[in-house]
Amino acid sequence: MKILVIEDEVELRETLKASLTKEDYVVETASDFYTALDKVLVYDYDCILLDVMLPGGSGLQVLEQLKKEGKSDNVIIISAKDSLDDKLNGLELGADDYLTKPFHIAELNARIKAVLRRKQRDGKETLEMGNIVLDLYERNLLIAGEAVPLNRKEFDILHYFLLNKNRLVSKSALAEHVWGDNTDQADNLDFIYSQIKNLRKKFLAKQADVDFETVYGVGYKLVKK
Amino acid sequence: MKLANQTLKYFSVSVLVVIALWSTVFYLFMLEAIHDNIDEELENQKRLIIQELTEDETVSPDLEFGINNYKVREITEQQALNMKNVYKDTMLYMQDDDDPEPELEPVRMLTTAFVHKGHYYELSIINSMIEESDLIKNLFYSVLILFVLLVISIVSINRVVIQRLWSPLYRFLEQLARFRLGKTADKPAMDTKIQEFKDLQLAVATLIHHNEEIYEQQKQFIGNASHELQTPLAIMINKLEMLAETQGLQPEQSEILADLLHTAERLVRLNKSLLLLTKIENKQFFDNEEISINGLVGHVVEELEDMAAFKRVEIRVEQQSQLSARLDAALANIIVANLLRNALFHNIEGGYVHITLTDKLLQVANTGGQPPLDVDKVFSRFYKSDAAARGTGLGLAIVQAICNLYGFGLSYRHEQQQHIFTVVFYPA
Repeated sequence: MKILVIEDEVELRETLKASLTKEDYVVETASDFYTALDKVLVYDYDCILLDVMLPGGSGLQVLEQLKKEGKSDNVIIISAKDSLDDKLNGLELGADDYLTKPFHIAELNARIKAVLRRKQRDGKETLEMGNIVLDLYERNLLIAGEAVPLNRKEFDILHYFLLNKNRLVSKSALAEHVWGDNTDQADNLDFIYSQIKNLRKKFLAKQADVDFETVYGVGYKLVKK
Repeated sequence: MKLANQTLKYFSVSVLVVIALWSTVFYLFMLEAIHDNIDEELENQKRLIIQELTEDETVSPDLEFGINNYKVREITEQQALNMKNVYKDTMLYMQDDDDPEPELEPVRMLTTAFVHKGHYYELSIINSMIEESDLIKNLFYSVLILFVLLVISIVSINRVVIQRLWSPLYRFLEQLARFRLGKTADKPAMDTKIQEFKDLQLAVATLIHHNEEIYEQQKQFIGNASHELQTPLAIMINKLEMLAETQGLQPEQSEILADLLHTAERLVRLNKSLLLLTKIENKQFFDNEEISINGLVGHVVEELEDMAAFKRVEIRVEQQSQLSARLDAALANIIVANLLRNALFHNIEGGYVHITLTDKLLQVANTGGQPPLDVDKVFSRFYKSDAAARGTGLGLAIVQAICNLYGFGLSYRHEQQQHIFTVVFYPA
């Protein structure tokens, strides 16, 4: 899988590159409008992360050119602007998703995978790790072939972790994604612990070969035992 | 004090002083003229009396003032030679028609001497005078009447003048009082030909323009500053997340990282809240649609269920009626979410959040350990009732900004150990 990161801020570009490399993507970068235009028109990417404000022009123009050329690369706009107009403009121009800076790495991973999966169209609607299989269509979990009931929140949590295999999922990223925590209140996120504990119990009962690894204070990683 | 009354005060005081001075001078002149007149009269009488007295051989002395109003007595030559014509004011007992018994009345008396056939005589002639007290009394009354008339005319002239000339100013003042920076579209204006008013209008217009510029700049600055902070914050958070992922971190190191991450996330929340406030104040939300508040409450309550269960706080929803309002969906969500989260976080173990929905309002009541909040400050930016709270202090300010935008009524009260927030979705 090839990903192009178009972002002018060097620190952010490098961080994203490092993180995406961990996910085994081939990552290329562009830091300004013309380099970006060159790359998207010459090469094909599975996913393009596109910053809107670039030296030399707007990321939206890059998107326009791309679509004009009839290319079907997935595009996720990453912008510091959180305005509905920009969002709608971007999506109208053919972007697949819109992510507002700052975002959690886990959220970016989830969005990229969602976009990639949508375009695969191979009918495969499952996420797997070790002996667990999460069926996104049927919304159920199989551990070693055996169905395990999950409530809606547990399903959403596990889904998020499976989009971030072996990666750190911070408690706040999880809270924002699952519990829609987007207000200004710095919540006490300890309640997440009890949710993870419930999932762990289900894993243990069915002898799943995956487990949540605690990163003290920060969050959890779903890893193979 | 109103301009009219103030003018009246100055006018009446100065008119009073002028009239008082004038009447004193007038009184003195009057008195002088009366004396002159009487003295001339006495002089005339003197001649007539002496003429009459000297017609006979001898002058018979007349020692009392009788009908003739004079008295004559003989004096020595020496005395006569020492005498001059003397006019003086004196008092004599006299009885007028209206007096039951004689009273002292002021008189003018001329004392003189004359010679007749080698005999010397002293002659005193009196003439009754106007009583000064009467004069003063009469003068005082006429002056008072003059003063009252003058004041009445000043008042009426003033009223007409103020109505005619000052009315543009009063209308201008009304407009100014209603004017709100960034809210009132029309600038205060007046239709006048008076130069001072034109100058005032120009000065006010310049001032307003200047203030509007500053207001705009300030709004833009907050927006731009928050916006520019997004990317550095993104770098910070993502790098910290990458660092937290590295293998072999000791729990202590991980805890420090967690603290850093939470602080960075707090900055992000603060920043987003400021951006949101700026957007609301710039009225950048105009995607109004009919929103079911009941549905929204249900959705937010579902999101908060796990948190509430963890905190052992019961969330009760009492739907007395269906409530819907026309506003931006994102903003509607913020109103409900901020109020509900607030009620949940500032709660006590075993407490409750009681949500009531009627056809007009949403009410969120919660138990809480804190004393009643300061009603005047609870919706102010950065107001925190307890220093330990980890919120940005902007949650309620945002709710208020949204309510102001749509004209909804937002209020807080403390009743029976409950903090109660109410949003009336329809302006009264």
